[in-house]
Amino acid sequence: MSLKVTLYGITRDIVGTSVIELPAPAPTTVGELLEEMRRQYPALGELRSCAVAVNHEYADNDHPLHTVDEIALIPPVAGG
Amino acid sequence: MTPYLAITDQPIDVAAALAAVQTDTAGAVNAFVGTVRNQSGGRPVRRLHYESYDSMALTQLGHVVAQAYEKWPMLQEVAVVHRKGTLELGDVAVVVAVATPHRAESFAACQFIIDTLKQVVTIWKREEYEDGTEWVAAHP
Repeated sequence: MSLKVTLYGITRDIVGTSVIELPAPAPTTVGELLEEMRRQYPALGELRSCAVAVNHEYADNDHPLHTVDEIALIPPVAGG
Repeated sequence: MTPYLAITDQPIDVAAALAAVQTDTAGAVNAFVGTVRNQSGGRPVRRLHYESYDSMALTQLGHVVAQAYEKWPMLQEVAVVHRKGTLELGDVAVVVAVATPHRAESFAACQFIIDTLKQVVTIWKREEYEDGTEWVAAHP
């Protein structure tokens, strides 16, 4: 089972697509996901911040990931 | 007491947002209106593009408003409307409107909501200049 991650804003520009699928063995935590994404796309590491949201909530590095979760990469926000 | 929260690709009706918070029990209605400015860091801006992760933005907006209700128990009504898509100079990007019995809390709650919104709500701004575009706040 692959892990599906949705990308927004500058992270989508960096990766070049709005959804990326990470095949098994997929990262099992937020920290592993960030590590893997930064390994594949070093430009992500140059952002002011890059958070991960799981089911519409910001998630810490040790938060577990499941294939049914709605996972998104959250670059620095700038609403208002 | 249910806050009126929305993300829309249509022009924002500021009067409607103010009307949404109007109540006989609150004597102070305060609104913040954010509009598109013609320059950013000295660079002329032609227009803005807002992108939103709608479902998460509304969830986070709900958290921000819930925090405001905790901090100011007298807070009565709240409306937040944020626009997405392409905005021209002078267009309204966001409206925060609150109603409280007295004015001090009204100013404070309104400022808290707009300041916190900018930190946590999943909306991204891309500025368009004469010679290209840039995502705002992306890099240190």
